[in-house]
Amino acid sequence: MPDAIVSIRNVSRRYPGGVVAVDDVSVDIEQNEFFALLGPSGCGKTTLLRMISGLDTPTEGHIYIGGEDMALTPPNKRPTNMVFQSYAVFPHMTVAQNVGYGLKVTGVPSDEIKRRVAEGLEMVKLSHLADRKPDQMSGGQRQRVALARALVKRPKVLLLDEPLSALDAKLRDDMRMELTRLQQTVGITFIIVTHDQDEALSMASRIAVMEKGKIRQIATPAELYEHPANKFVADFIGKVNLFEASVVSQKGSDVIANVKGLGKLKLVSDKACGKDVTIAVRPEKLKLSDAAPKVEGIVKAQATVRDVAYYGDWSEVVAEMADGTSVSVNVQNEKRSIGSAAKRGDKIWVSWQGTDSLILTE
Amino acid sequence: MAGQLKPGAGPLDYGNRTWLRALFIGIFFILYMPIITLIAFSFNTDKRGIVWRGFTFDNYVKAMTNDSLIEALVNSLVIALIATVIATIIGTMVAILLWRFKFPFKGAFEGFMALPIVIPEICMGVALLLFFIESGMMNAVVGLVWPFNLANIIIAHVAFCFPFVAVVVRSRLVGFNRQLEEASKDLGASEWQTFRNVLIPFMMPGIIAGALLAFTLSLDDFVITFFTSGPETVTFPVKVYSLVRRGVSPEINAASTVLIVVTIVATVIAMKLQAPEKSGH
Amino acid sequence: MDDWKGNRRVFWTLGTPGFFWLLLFFVVPLGFLFVMSFSDKAVVDGQVSITDYDYLTGVSNYIRAFEPLYLTIMWKSIWVSALATLVCLLTAYPIAFGICFAPAKWKPLLLLLVILPFWINLLIRTYALIAVFRTQGYVNLALGWVGLGPYDMLYNNFAVIFGLVYVYMPFMVLPLYATIERLDRSFLEASLDLGASQFQTFLKVTVPLTMPGIITGIILVFIPCLGSFLTPDLLGGANAVMIGNVIERQFKAANDWPFGAAISFLLMYATFGALALRALFARFSKGVGV
Repeated sequence: MPDAIVSIRNVSRRYPGGVVAVDDVSVDIEQNEFFALLGPSGCGKTTLLRMISGLDTPTEGHIYIGGEDMALTPPNKRPTNMVFQSYAVFPHMTVAQNVGYGLKVTGVPSDEIKRRVAEGLEMVKLSHLADRKPDQMSGGQRQRVALARALVKRPKVLLLDEPLSALDAKLRDDMRMELTRLQQTVGITFIIVTHDQDEALSMASRIAVMEKGKIRQIATPAELYEHPANKFVADFIGKVNLFEASVVSQKGSDVIANVKGLGKLKLVSDKACGKDVTIAVRPEKLKLSDAAPKVEGIVKAQATVRDVAYYGDWSEVVAEMADGTSVSVNVQNEKRSIGSAAKRGDKIWVSWQGTDSLILTE
Repeated sequence: MAGQLKPGAGPLDYGNRTWLRALFIGIFFILYMPIITLIAFSFNTDKRGIVWRGFTFDNYVKAMTNDSLIEALVNSLVIALIATVIATIIGTMVAILLWRFKFPFKGAFEGFMALPIVIPEICMGVALLLFFIESGMMNAVVGLVWPFNLANIIIAHVAFCFPFVAVVVRSRLVGFNRQLEEASKDLGASEWQTFRNVLIPFMMPGIIAGALLAFTLSLDDFVITFFTSGPETVTFPVKVYSLVRRGVSPEINAASTVLIVVTIVATVIAMKLQAPEKSGH
Repeated sequence: MDDWKGNRRVFWTLGTPGFFWLLLFFVVPLGFLFVMSFSDKAVVDGQVSITDYDYLTGVSNYIRAFEPLYLTIMWKSIWVSALATLVCLLTAYPIAFGICFAPAKWKPLLLLLVILPFWINLLIRTYALIAVFRTQGYVNLALGWVGLGPYDMLYNNFAVIFGLVYVYMPFMVLPLYATIERLDRSFLEASLDLGASQFQTFLKVTVPLTMPGIITGIILVFIPCLGSFLTPDLLGGANAVMIGNVIERQFKAANDWPFGAAISFLLMYATFGALALRALFARFSKGVGV
């Protein structure tokens, strides 16, 4: 029996007609984790979440919740609760009735319901709106109702389906903080589904990146960003410059590779690489200079500025190297001047520390 | 404990539930069994119509050669055709009016237009009977040459059909993007050209669906026709009514089958025409 | 939307035919009926005339309508219609629900199957029922095979209620289908997720949220049932008279138009009463709208 609070073993969800939404996924989610399922739309993350909640069932595999196989248990018999993307706050009930609903239908005594509803509303700071109807409330308030409604059930696992997607930018930041705070206070496992990498990186303690029904990597946010396991993850999380390369030789962790557009480079890899690899380097690791930098162990190339996008505190510079490969460079606008230093057509040098680049084998 | 779920079926996939499937089969059986037996027994050789004795077209031949039945059917079709044309034109105009303009007492006007839809048919029937008799229209029309002697019935049918047409066409118009109209005018078309080339083509599926609805309503109407027809004019439902009162006969089955086929064809056409409306949004 | 003053010519052109058609061939006839309901047959040379009337003589027709005989019929019309409406609701709800949750490719066909009978002539459908239920009908034939019957299933209240349910069922299914289809599934999912059973979810979430459709369906079935004439006439025989049959008799066999007119207006008031109740309920349950 697995110790993890949620243990997903070889779960697949096939639809009639051959579509495979979730394809042989296995993952363990530990007690008290803030776990994120991250991926582009249609990657199967929501289906996986719904299978944990019981709103969908796997065609193959097991889902253990609290050590018990619940793959085919109806949702009302599971110790999980969900915050829906549309919030699904019942429009015909007041806020208090919404929050108390899950307690009432399971036969909790009414004085206890009252107490727990009050607690729940307190927790999401909505005590003053207990008698409102949802149609008189903002999206953010309705979301808090949905949260309180799920939390008063004291589930072992709280599931959140794209909880921030329907909020405007300002509210989203507040809610992000709020969710992290709540998770720490209530001390239950949160599983969140999101397509927004910023959301996942800023809130989650661990992230599973999904693509086409499969998990491509499970790691902490920093690991995911700095050590993506493959091209998909590197490309999906943040911006990245990818160069095709072929390995010339490898001795231990020292790798010499022939990189398209840059020539032979000395790189580092902790695992054995095949012949064809991809070299990845984040745009903020790159530097721009007018003259060739004279530092040992640095990767450098001459390029022409093709495009500059100005974002206030930083600018993205797209430059084209001699063979036509383009690279993105993030430049901090440290000095107060009009726009950034580089202009379209400028001949510049692009450089970075060899150790900042990563060899991706898949 | 409510049973476990099936693999690959969520709790809301009721389509897989046996009880629901059984209920569907039961209901559809009750809904269709009488109609199917009616159709089947129109091909029965047995006079009493209860036991199947053999296949025949005799009942159709008999129905076809029954002059009064044919006359009633022709009357019904002529009434339905003329009433449909008038009701479609008036109904479409009302639909455009309600969609396009805001005006004082619009709510009252809308309620007024909905009255024939909500008022019990029999009340409308007796009111029209009274009106036609008292105003002398009944006597005036009776002496006229066919098909003008059907005028009363046609007038009554238009009155209860066109509000339905208005509802159907208006629901189609709701989906119209008025920027198309503005674009047309921006490109130099006049008001009338815009109406003809942009609005009418857009409304067409709604107009046709409304017309088919009016046609079926008129063809089906028994109660209002029963009261507004003069002593000499008989429509198909009125004729069938008098036959049914005398008992069940395979001949009625045959005649009914013909009418069922006509209405089903009309309905299927209407559905086909309304289908693109859904995908258009 | 444009203001009507912006284009008066178009406004009047569009509105006039419909307005006057309804005025002349709907409102004016109802006016005639209204006047008739307060009139009496004229007495000419000591004999009650067949064609002449003394107009606006008083409310005697309405008073007569409240005689026990007619009160019984009205009361019976109401409960027969109510029962038929209830049966319609109980059968139509699972049907509408099932269609909404059926696989997408089946939906149009199932919907068509429900609506199709609606397009078939009311008279023909009623006639088909007679063939099924009469003493030598198919139901009795089938019962005979298992050694039961034959039963007299026609010409009683059961036949009328069955007939009303049979012919007005689509009116109930359609509004229910429309509301259930618009019902956001996540409400049901949230309820299940919060621990409610399927049955609790149905009672506490699905039914309240589809109430507008339920009410519309009830109105759409109850009103034509109340005013029905053909179904009780053909299936109920002499034993199952409803308001519609009383009206018909006054205008045909009994030839008492003033009394028929009064009953017609009572029927219309009942109809408007039902509509008003619906409007009241719609206001009362505001916020339930889906």
